Amino acid sequence: MEMILDIVSWVLITGGVIFCLIGGYGLISLKDFYARLHAASLIDTFGVGLIFIGLMFQAGFTLVTAKLILILAFIFFTSPTATHALARAAINHDVLPEVDTEEERELVRKTKTTTQGTP
Amino acid sequence: MNIEIITSDVLNVVTLLFMAVTGIAIARIRNLFAVVMLSGIYSLMGATLYVILDAVDVAFTEAAVGAGASTVLMIGTLALTSARENATGSSQAIKAAIVCTFVGIALVYASLDMPYFGDPSAPIHHHVAPRYLNDSMAEIGLPNVVTSVLASYRGYDTMGEAFVIFTAAAGVITLIGRGRREKSPSERKTDSQNIMKRKIVLRVVSKLLIPFILLFGLYVQWHGDFGPGGGFQAGVIFGAAFILYGLIYGLGTLRAALPSWVTRVILALGVLLYAGTGVVSMIKDARFLDYNVLASTPTGGQHVGILLVEFGVGMTVFAAIVTIFCAFAGRAAADVNTVSDQGGAGND
Repeated sequence: MEMILDIVSWVLITGGVIFCLIGGYGLISLKDFYARLHAASLIDTFGVGLIFIGLMFQAGFTLVTAKLILILAFIFFTSPTATHALARAAINHDVLPEVDTEEERELVRKTKTTTQGTP
Repeated sequence: MNIEIITSDVLNVVTLLFMAVTGIAIARIRNLFAVVMLSGIYSLMGATLYVILDAVDVAFTEAAVGAGASTVLMIGTLALTSARENATGSSQAIKAAIVCTFVGIALVYASLDMPYFGDPSAPIHHHVAPRYLNDSMAEIGLPNVVTSVLASYRGYDTMGEAFVIFTAAAGVITLIGRGRREKSPSERKTDSQNIMKRKIVLRVVSKLLIPFILLFGLYVQWHGDFGPGGGFQAGVIFGAAFILYGLIYGLGTLRAALPSWVTRVILALGVLLYAGTGVVSMIKDARFLDYNVLASTPTGGQHVGILLVEFGVGMTVFAAIVTIFCAFAGRAAADVNTVSDQGGAGND
């Protein structure tokens, strides 16, 4: 039983680490601001989430797990909010996403006018 | 060498390397907003280093003050100044490089005289540390020795620190806190109506989080005797909740909830409570800040005294953080107002 728990927890932690690495790589290699933001948000959600769930399996039914759940809930609310605020701030300061087609460009302009004045 | 020592050594080296890289980046980047963010990362790395060194209380303070509060305050400062650093001439860069090299060599030379890292015969482990570690349980009776040292053995130093923070906030009030135009109630109402339409996500999430941040601040304040925490950390966390409120709902709304006279009174009350605890022990025929006489038993008196002075520190730190933030943010808002009033021509 303990063996199974160990395996599950290490699979989850390794998965989280891989997601963190992918996110870090994307943060460096992607050119567009919003694409980078997307890569960074991968770390907050999948990376941290999987690592924390893995750690919960390590801790078992203890106070540590309760604390981990609380921290996870906190991160669950704060990091998407931070990403959202960053994207909003970028749009308001005329950092527009790089897009390929005219249709998408029109969409970007529309989004910009609706979010204008809402920092 | 066992595996734990090796792991912590590796972690130490990696963290220090990260800090060095961040420091070089701070020196090279000219975008001051990025510099502020990097200095926050630097503080967070420092906090990690303290955790590895088992100094959890210090790490807590570093994370709360260095990475949290000072980052917000520096962003507030950037709102008043330019967000780009002007380029300096290359001759000055050469001079600076020479000075830095010499200072660096001097520091490395001085560090040769220092005891090795973790050396058990280092002076710091022999002067008063053994007494703190061996006798504090009998003399003070608190599980967290750091709190015993901070609030009781070194009560004078901590009182000095509280007064430094008090003086800093008082200085900010006298220098830039005045001359701000208070908004009329009707303006405040339109402000809040505008805010009601905007920033829905931020409003909802902040409303969800602020009660928990306040609760956590109270926990850190009153649990500091038993675990990591105390007045400094609690004050910053409590202040952070109000700063978050001010950032999202606007300075006027924050000041409506927490008027400036309230923070000024709390600011002074905190240090008054600290020094007053010392005076009470003097009235009870003991020395200044000797808590033994505050209750029927010496350890009971220590408990009461430490709780009181920690609460005083918490009040002062909380009020100082909020005051400094409001002074900076109010200044920025006032500047924006004057610029828009005069068509962008003037600046006070």
